Amino acid sequence: MSGGHGELPVAARVRRLEERLIAAGLVTDDELDEVLAQVFASAAPANGARMVARAWTDPAYRDRLLADGNAAAAELGFGAGSHGYLLKVVENTASVHNMIVCTLCSCYPTALLGPSPSWYKSFAYRSRAVREPRGVLAEFGLELPDDTEIRVWDANSETRYLVLPQRPEAADGMDENALASLVTSNGLIGTAVR
Amino acid sequence: MTRFAAGARVRARCADPEGHTRLPRYARGHVGEVLEIRGTWQLPDQAVRGVSQREPVYAVRFPAAELWGSGSHSVILDMWESYLEEAP
Repeated sequence: MSGGHGELPVAARVRRLEERLIAAGLVTDDELDEVLAQVFASAAPANGARMVARAWTDPAYRDRLLADGNAAAAELGFGAGSHGYLLKVVENTASVHNMIVCTLCSCYPTALLGPSPSWYKSFAYRSRAVREPRGVLAEFGLELPDDTEIRVWDANSETRYLVLPQRPEAADGMDENALASLVTSNGLIGTAVR
Repeated sequence: MTRFAAGARVRARCADPEGHTRLPRYARGHVGEVLEIRGTWQLPDQAVRGVSQREPVYAVRFPAAELWGSGSHSVILDMWESYLEEAP
């Protein structure tokens, strides 16, 4: 297990599960550490931000991203498809705001967004996002106009979602790197403007 | 072959199955509209028993007012075909 969670009850549960798998000869401690190191070495919200910035600067890429998220991620060298999920990118517009949740557990495209924030896995977020998203967004500091349509995508299956935020109006003339630096993991989940 | 087309009105089954399912309780019995077909995927209810059964999966949009009795947002869920029935 990676450091920092050693005191949590879930860490003890995960460790017991690991020990059972190791005892059964299915995996070794070293193999587990190597897999985790590989996952977290490349998984970062900078990957999702890069896709967003490309979509903001290249309308043809935006179209491909919305049509086939897996292929568009692979185009930039990100292995969104390597875990066998379907990547669906949902676009915010002047009238529609999208937000992601997994009410059943905590499904989330880790390769593109990095390790999920602890609040994303909390019972409070998972139960309230589908019930009162406007109130939840307000608590994140995101006050949407009353007439904005809110779509909440519950990742209950093999589909993983990424929000394509609206391009900031002040972004004219900014290059792709500068644009990518404006995008946060909350923006990619839909709990921030971008 | 898929049983439902985009735009179809569908109802999430009210069943309370033994064991694992990916049909959230809050959607059971409620009516939504098929947005699109997400391809064919292993049914987790059977996969967990070691049985391979692939089914079409549909993205279904449920209005908040249908799910909760109030609210103007919508919630989109993926539904394996056997989670759904025709809605009048």
